[in-house]
Amino acid sequence: MNNINNWLNEHGDYLYRFALARLRDTHQAEDAVQETMLAAIKNNSFDGESSARTWLTGILKHKIIDLQRKQIREQPISDLIDLDASDTSMDDFFDSTGHWLDKPQTLEIPDNALEQKQFLKALSTCMDKLPAKLATIFSMRDIQEIDNENICKELDITTTNAWVMLYRARMGLRKCLEINWITG
Amino acid sequence: MLMLTCKQASKLVSQSLDRPLSWSERLRLRFHLLICDACNHFNRQLRVLRNAVKRMMQHTEGDSTIQLSLEARDRISREINRSTESGYH
Ligand SMILES: [Zn+2]
Repeated sequence: MNNINNWLNEHGDYLYRFALARLRDTHQAEDAVQETMLAAIKNNSFDGESSARTWLTGILKHKIIDLQRKQIREQPISDLIDLDASDTSMDDFFDSTGHWLDKPQTLEIPDNALEQKQFLKALSTCMDKLPAKLATIFSMRDIQEIDNENICKELDITTTNAWVMLYRARMGLRKCLEINWITG
Repeated sequence: MLMLTCKQASKLVSQSLDRPLSWSERLRLRFHLLICDACNHFNRQLRVLRNAVKRMMQHTEGDSTIQLSLEARDRISREINRSTESGYH
């Protein structure tokens, strides 16, 4: 199938960037592109109605979720169950009466292009520091905008677990940004 | 109980991004946000965070200097050839 190798040449970089923006890992993004190409050979249902790029991107979206699911499931299950004990998981942020230990500050995306670039770099660093499974579920929800019900189905977790994980991810990210950006 | 603690309020703020809050949750959260600057900042921060990660995604997608490495491209090309040679007609 020459066709597929042409597609790799024409759309490979685009698909790679698409995957990298969501998986934030070069090896995983390469794997996602490869899996997409192989699936395109196997399931040759391209009807020419949409563009090849749109069709391939549709496959890629599923391959990205497959990789994310694998990543989450490779984590020990006890880690996920642990999250149900959400009352102690926020001890870093609140005192025993539920008051903020450090009050959240004003945080804005800068307008200036250079500063904005630095802001996004700080955010990227903060995401790297997040525990992998929290970064994954956060990406699925807030970057890929997959609805909660589907996230729970894909990852085989309860909605309560998902809410707790997202809460922790966002709490950690905003705190990290405060440290790295506002005072940085 | 009308009064939420900041811990409870912040949890609801986060969940409001993932599910519709109940009528009473909305009322209690709104009341808390009226009187609490810290939770207002937190609320704002989560929305800024959401916008920022989407912008980060768009930057990566739009950065044409980011390309498949030659090694990866070769590897994928080999896999494509192997897959098409084996049993596909
Ligand atoms: Zn508060």
